[in-house]
Amino acid sequence: MNGTFIVNKVACNFSFNPTARLLTVLRDNGFTEVKQGCQEGLCGACLVIIDQQLVNSCQVLAASCLQKQITTVKGIGTLHHPHIIQEAFVEAGAVQCGFCTPGMVLATYNLLNQIPQPSEEQIKQFLDGNLCRCTGYVKIINAVKIAARRLNQGNHGKN
Amino acid sequence: MAKTDCFKSVGKNIPKIDSLGLSTGEEKFTDDFCFPRQIYCKLVYSSSPFAKIINLDLSGAEKLSGVVEILSYKNTPSLFHTTAGQGFPEPSPYDTKLFDQTVRFVGDRIALIAAENPVIAELAARKIKIEYQEFTPVFNPQQSTSSPPLHFQGEHAVIPVPYLPEKNIAAKVGFEIGAVDSVLKNSDLVINKIYQTHYASHCALEPHSAISYFDSRGRLVIISSTQVPFHARRIVSQILDLPVKFIRVIKPRIGGGFGGKQEILLEPLVALITLRTKRPARLVLSREEVFISTRTRHPMEIELSVGADKQGSLTAISMKALMNTGAYGSHALTVLSNTGSKTLPLFNKIKNIRFHAHSVYTNLPVGGAYRGYGATQGYFALGQQIDILARELKVDVLEIYKQQHIKSGETSPVFEVLGEGKEGTSQNITSCQLTECIDQGSQKIDWYGKRDKRIKNGHWVRGVGMAAGMQGSGIPRVDLASAYIKINDDGSFNLNIGATDLGTGSDTILAQIAAETLHTDPSQLIVLSSDTDTTPFDVGAYASSTTYISGNAVRKCAEKIKTKLITAGAELLQVQPQQVSLENQAVVCRKDKRRCSYEEIARYSLYSENQHQIQATTSNFSNQSPPPFIAQFAEVEINPFTGELKLLNFVSAVDCGQPINPLLVEGQVEGAVVNGISYALTEQYKFSSAGRMQNANFKYYHLFRTPDLCKVKTIIVNSYEQSGPFGAKSIGEIAINGPMPAIANAIFDAVGIRLYQSPFTPEKIYQAIHCCHKELTERRQ
Ligand code: FES
Ligand code: FES
Repeated sequence: MNGTFIVNKVACNFSFNPTARLLTVLRDNGFTEVKQGCQEGLCGACLVIIDQQLVNSCQVLAASCLQKQITTVKGIGTLHHPHIIQEAFVEAGAVQCGFCTPGMVLATYNLLNQIPQPSEEQIKQFLDGNLCRCTGYVKIINAVKIAARRLNQGNHGKN
Repeated sequence: MAKTDCFKSVGKNIPKIDSLGLSTGEEKFTDDFCFPRQIYCKLVYSSSPFAKIINLDLSGAEKLSGVVEILSYKNTPSLFHTTAGQGFPEPSPYDTKLFDQTVRFVGDRIALIAAENPVIAELAARKIKIEYQEFTPVFNPQQSTSSPPLHFQGEHAVIPVPYLPEKNIAAKVGFEIGAVDSVLKNSDLVINKIYQTHYASHCALEPHSAISYFDSRGRLVIISSTQVPFHARRIVSQILDLPVKFIRVIKPRIGGGFGGKQEILLEPLVALITLRTKRPARLVLSREEVFISTRTRHPMEIELSVGADKQGSLTAISMKALMNTGAYGSHALTVLSNTGSKTLPLFNKIKNIRFHAHSVYTNLPVGGAYRGYGATQGYFALGQQIDILARELKVDVLEIYKQQHIKSGETSPVFEVLGEGKEGTSQNITSCQLTECIDQGSQKIDWYGKRDKRIKNGHWVRGVGMAAGMQGSGIPRVDLASAYIKINDDGSFNLNIGATDLGTGSDTILAQIAAETLHTDPSQLIVLSSDTDTTPFDVGAYASSTTYISGNAVRKCAEKIKTKLITAGAELLQVQPQQVSLENQAVVCRKDKRRCSYEEIARYSLYSENQHQIQATTSNFSNQSPPPFIAQFAEVEINPFTGELKLLNFVSAVDCGQPINPLLVEGQVEGAVVNGISYALTEQYKFSSAGRMQNANFKYYHLFRTPDLCKVKTIIVNSYEQSGPFGAKSIGEIAINGPMPAIANAIFDAVGIRLYQSPFTPEKIYQAIHCCHKELTERRQ
């Protein structure tokens, strides 16, 4: 089948199998920043934001996302215009292999939208769905704190 | 000692050069590459633990439109090889075929479907009919040597080591120094215990993946999530009987390895499909496939006897290890050797030492390299044993370690007798700050305020435990690394290295090492790594070799460039080379301070006079492997009524020489620690009675997540290793070894029970408390 998705604010027309997951359709169409770590909804590598909700894209049918606003990690910041959260991950040393990072960054983005000044406990609870095998999470949690601090200093310019 | 102050790039927390690209999703992993007309591959696995395939009916699959090719034992090369990505000739036995008519574990390969799309491949896989003639499998390593052999078709070792497939012995190693038995008999105290460790998966977040295609000149290119591109090229060439020159292996970004990708599993398969179809082929495993069919941490049983005199001096040690290598002997010898060679030298005052170890085949998943590489298993035993001994002797365990651990300037005979597949290499320790690690770590955790205090928190009781250890920095006289550097018009440099960054940050720290040598900024180094066509040879990322071995290759190469810059710069300044030095991206005349920048030198040497490309290449190997050291401390809280365990604090104090990038060192330690904790507490393979893993997903194989996390603290102790690049030793593995023994010791400190079998689940803790309690009451009656 065929359909329009709004990925990172751009309307895209994809043809896809009616049973295909959103993850597959996004990756097949070049949005490889959405990673596949388990395909079972258990690792968070494939997170995207759909209408402000964090969603494991391996768990939703692409067909259910037609006309919806889908945000990948490139939608919140790019190499040349990174988001404060992405910069904070870099600075904190929160990126090792980086395979979990797009999902972690999006989860952080959503967290800080909901709770601008989260406690350490709130950060840990919120990132529950995101696995990382490299960092032991220590520096990821630091990155979230750095990002929260910067964003709260009113530095929203790059949003 | 530490010379941090005089360094400009080394010792600085420079962000990983790929980290912005990774966090904005720009960097590419293997699965992110896409080629027109690519074929999708799907593996079909054995559901039997041990059987001969008497009928493999592919007709249903073959008939399916969209199926391009099917590989099986019927139509593929049947050469014995090892999948272990090690140097040549490999110390692992040649006991594996691409596909075999005999299957030896649930998860062994039977066929590969290549199809136009993944849906067809999946469908075709289900249409394959397999008839098995079942054999009696062996799952218990204790019974392996008396069971029918798994390998009986001419499997063999390629180096002269004991390999007895008829007895299911995949490897055997041992030595005795002194007179262990008689000394043990005469020791004031002897502790003898048996410890068992369990299976685990590396769980790199990126599943194993490989893609191959023909380039425009008809050469085979393989993009792979590999830790060992050069070994992958060699082994693919061997299996498929292709000249090495015909193959190019590229490692793009890789989503973690931890040893799991030091294995040549997928590359020959996609290569064969490309060879047969002339089309690009891709194979990406699912998480379940990674769990059941790739590699694991070898489970081990260790019987340890340690003797001591009344003063607490250790007199003799005997370590007997039985390793379960699963159905194939990947790393069967070397992991086993490391169990002894990375633990026994720690207590070098012991004059009587015996190590006696076997790897045996079973019809279970295959072991392999896993961060820690046998030392993890060894330290589980040794770390608890020393704690038991200290308690029996009523001395402070920290004092036992501090008095008796190997010190700078000392050696251990174990270095010489035990290597990796051959004799070892004698070496003197040239840097060891383990005592300092113990002091700083114990202070941080408040050892004396908490040890033996059994502090209560409602029902919960607290305890602290520790363990200390060493690892290595590469494999001496085996590992090789090389580097190439050239200057560009603007005074920047290309740094090409075979070294393999797994997310560890090696691309970044190697740039820092080059920048330090060249008196330039790390941002002036353009790093290209892990491509067998464009970067010079490196064995790859394993054995904690990169910082030390590849780091020294880069340093030496940069030294050569330095000499050339000086020559050209002096020429340009019209002075003698002895009169100039390098300073802040320029050659400067010491006398009159005249300077010419690297940019001017580059332009001059490329375009003006006596034209030449300033470039150099070097390789490096080492006769020694200076060990990093670590002391690790755990604080736990246990509910004796339920067996629940909460980890409160975990402190690691490390001596890795001069850290090239402290932030990345911390990252290595934290990642290894949390992996080690997760292994100690929650991760385990659950097998059915037929040897099938029943929890092959992240739901039931529980990896530590953020809510599970305790306070994790890393202390980098001041140290400097003369032979390392700017004083550095490696740090990749060591921190994974301490969590299991430290937590076990903390459990004892809290509730007085010993767990000799990992992992430490609430059920095990509850049962142990219960039994211990029952015993006490019975004894009292
Ligand atoms: S790939 Fe979707 S949660 Fe893991
Ligand atoms: S950085 Fe590798 S999984 Fe998180």
